[in-house]
This record gives sequence, structure tokens and C-alpha cells, in this order.
Amino acid sequence: MSTPGIKILEPGLLSTLQDNGRFGQTQLGLSNGGVADKHSYYWLNRLLGNSDNAPCIEITGGSFSFVANSTLIFALTGAEMPLSINGHMVERWRSHLLKAGDRVDIDFAQRGVRSYLGFQGGFAQAKQFGSVSTVLRDGVGGIDGGRLSRGLQLSVAEFKAGSNWQHLRLAERHRPRFSNSARLRLIPTYQQHWFSRLQQRRFFSSRYRVSSQADRMGYRLSGAAIQCQAPKPLLSEGIVFGAVQIPPDGQPIVLLQDRQTIGGYPKIGAVLSLDIDVLMQTQQGAEIRFVPISMEHAHNQLHLNKARREAITLEYC
Amino acid sequence: MTTAQFHVQLASEDALIVYAEADSIATSNGLIRALDGLITAELGQVVIETTPSYGSILVRFDPYKTDHFHLRQKLKHLASVCVYQEQTAEQLVTLPVYYSVESGPDLQRIAEFAGLSVEEVIEIHQAQVYQVFAIGFAPGFAYLGEVDPRLALPRLSTPRAQVPKGAVAIAERQTAIYPAPSPGGWNIVGLCPVDLFSPGSNCPMPYKVGDNVRFEAINKQEFIDLGGQL
Repeated sequence: MSTPGIKILEPGLLSTLQDNGRFGQTQLGLSNGGVADKHSYYWLNRLLGNSDNAPCIEITGGSFSFVANSTLIFALTGAEMPLSINGHMVERWRSHLLKAGDRVDIDFAQRGVRSYLGFQGGFAQAKQFGSVSTVLRDGVGGIDGGRLSRGLQLSVAEFKAGSNWQHLRLAERHRPRFSNSARLRLIPTYQQHWFSRLQQRRFFSSRYRVSSQADRMGYRLSGAAIQCQAPKPLLSEGIVFGAVQIPPDGQPIVLLQDRQTIGGYPKIGAVLSLDIDVLMQTQQGAEIRFVPISMEHAHNQLHLNKARREAITLEYC
Repeated sequence: MTTAQFHVQLASEDALIVYAEADSIATSNGLIRALDGLITAELGQVVIETTPSYGSILVRFDPYKTDHFHLRQKLKHLASVCVYQEQTAEQLVTLPVYYSVESGPDLQRIAEFAGLSVEEVIEIHQAQVYQVFAIGFAPGFAYLGEVDPRLALPRLSTPRAQVPKGAVAIAERQTAIYPAPSPGGWNIVGLCPVDLFSPGSNCPMPYKVGDNVRFEAINKQEFIDLGGQL
């Protein structure tokens, strides 16, 4: 009998192991990494009764297939990727039981970009520098720092027959709806005074498009160019998650999970993390707008979101 | 012993950035390293990570355990008790570099900017001992300073989509080596054949912040013999 877990039949365009990310390693220059859409990941762990940092597979674009080697419980959240077990369509955003030999197919995304595949008990994968998160650019985390490949076996805690398990489901009204546009709330931060009032007005009143250079490191946008009067020379300094950097060509870049830890371009502000979950489900051509909010408003939103989420009860099914 | 002015500013929903102002970058960098030690010792319960750089430190906090008002007060207090004692560098690391127009596509532009020959640019770049002010951007990427002001060419206006592994580059008065292929906006002067990040090793990189680094010019054959690839 093979070890409890799964065998990957088709890895799709880009699939990696992720958790919440790698923190406290910036003195080595290591990026945080971590799931791109934390909201979908939160629900994945709730549906499976997992800890809030359990390793999962982030599937980008779709077309991922695997076979179960043992009895397992799994769920799929995030982008709308049609899901089937042994050729029969099943619902996403709920847990399912698999028996050894069952085949699961996850089709191309119809809406959204990234989905999250998890198993009850999580993957038994060793952490590197404190996290399982794969950062391809750093060659760190996951399986030898790389993407998941065809034929790979991953071990998962086996579901014990007779265990007291009830399948859980997130009601449809609570699931995120994905579209190819996003309105990003942005906190104007410490370098905003390097941008004139006219430039700030241009930034907040313009429609931007996600360019072809959009990945887990950063989303480069195209649209109205923003000019900056930064003092020179500007020394490289730490970059926050969600920072909106304006390089000399004036085209904004939103810096994300796999961003460099340090950089030297001026920043007009930082996007509220809750809206980055939405951004990371958009792709090339998506329409992006920015709305300014205060730091106090941002904190209120974080706390409200946490309270609302925790108040939602999952349905038994 | 130096005390200095610190400024605390808002960086995001869960981060503040502290700047140290002193008469030299080496001193402000020393102060930042001292402050980093205090933050780790005193605020470990609410601080998720710190990213120290030249004269600044980014402090990321848990927004469900504290807020920016409270943390700002704590940081101001730590800054007021922060002192820095100048120390000698722990080690001197020598790194070989194959400088050439072939391996350094921006060498000619720097020479034109400086009004010097390519050979003079190479000589000036390798004549100096640099200090590691920060490690970041990518694993093993050491920010070294300060470059001779004559070579201080600004970053490219549009970053390159791909800079090769080992690229030795200049941006303003900073110089560094790209440990892995990556997008980047610095001006490339040569290639270094040494691995600067080995994630499996007990000692994943050859230097740490505070160390000194010097470059030694090598020819194409030596570069290839040391495992370099063009």
C-alpha cells in the first residue's frame, strides 16, 4: 500500500505549495511568499477544520488533475474552476470524501485566476526558513523551491474511517464573486508628498489596466503616467506588502507576495490587504481603479472583516 | 558612541518605517542595526518582522494585536534610548568579477556619463572596499556602498525584465551583485561567478550586514574556470 496522499496527474499552468508566508527572514533577503488570495485560503482551512496556516496547493489558471492514494477529505475554493470527481461534476466551497483510486479534475478558470486545493490535515511537507510557501524567484519552499510537476506524490494525513466527520459547505451568498475589474482602497503613506496634488488627482481619477507583466511578485499596470518629485538619490529601503511603486516611466506597480524585500522607487501608497485578494483574481486587461482611505478606516475594515467572517457558520451537508 | 534623530512614519495598514538621520550613511546604518536589536528584544510580541536597510527600518506589526498609534509611541521610546558604538567590520570578503563590455552591457554608458574610459571605470569600481549596508531585494543580494560619485549613474527608467545571475551593477552610489536571474533596473558592469545564495547550506550566503567586500577583476578564462556562464 502506498503512503497516504495524492499523485499529480496534470500540474496545469502553474501550481505551487503555499501557506500564509515566510516572515522574519528579510535579513537574508527572502520574500514573504504565501497564498495570493488569503480570503479563499481562509475558507479552505475552515471547510477542512485545518489550522489557519495549513499548506495548500495554489492553482493558477486551472487544468490540474490528481488521483487519491488513500481515503482523504479535500476541498477547493477560489477562482471558478469546474471540479469533478471520477468525471462527475461536484460543488466547490465544500468538503468531499475521496477513496483510494478516485480521480479529481480541476478545469480551466472561468472567472478568477487562482484556486486553492487543500486536504484535511494538510500536506506533510517540511518547512524551509519557517514556511512551506514556494517562492520560485528565490528557489525556496515547496518542493525544492519549484512548481509542482506531473507524477509527483504528496503525502497527506489519511482520513480515519469511523472518524466523526461531517461535510461542511460555505453558503453561496458568502462566497466571493470574481470579475475582471477591481476597485482598490489605498492608504496614502509617507512618500505621498513627493506627488503633487495634480498627480495624486490623476492617479485616483484614472482607469488602469493590468499589463502582461502581472504575477505573484507584482502587478504592473498601464494607464495615465504619474510624475514624482522624489529627492535624489533615493536609498533602497524595505517595501511593504501592497505598496504602489511609481518607477520613472510613471506606470504604477502593485507589489505583492513574492515582491523584493528592498527597493528604491517612490511609493504613492499601500493597498488595503483585503483588496489584494480581489486584485490577485484578475488578469491581463482587467480594469483597476484606486480610492484613497485613511489608516483608521483601513484598520476598521480589517477588524470588521475579521468579525464578519468569524460570525459566519458553515452549513453541514 | 552616537545618538541620532529618528523619524517614525506610516508605511501601510500594518507597517511603520523608522529613519535614522546621522552625518554619514555608515553611522545611520549602525544606528538602524542597533535599533533593530532593541525592537526584536522589546516588541517581539506584536512585531511580525523588521526589514533594516541603509538608514531605515521597516517594522511590520500584527494589526490584531496593536495599532499604529501604540507602536509609534513604543518605537519613539526605543529610538530615544538607542545608541550605537562603532565597531570594526567582522570580515573582508573578496569576490571575483569579469568586467567587460560583453559581460557588462552598461559599462559603456557609465564611462560616457563619467567622461572616463571603460578601463578607468573598472579600475575605480574595484579599487574600493565597500560595506554591506543591507541584504534584500532577493536572497543574497547585498547592498554595498558607497560607490565613487563619478560612477553614480541613476537606475534605468524602465527596469530590465531579466538581469542575469551574477550581474554586478551600479545604481547611484550603491553597487550589488544579482544572486539569481531577476527583473532589475541597475546598470550592469560585469559578472561574478560565485554562488551568493545556497538555500540548503548551513551558511546560505558569504557575507552579512556590516561586513566589508572588495571586487577583484578576472579575465574571461578565469571567469569560465570558476564556473561562470555567459
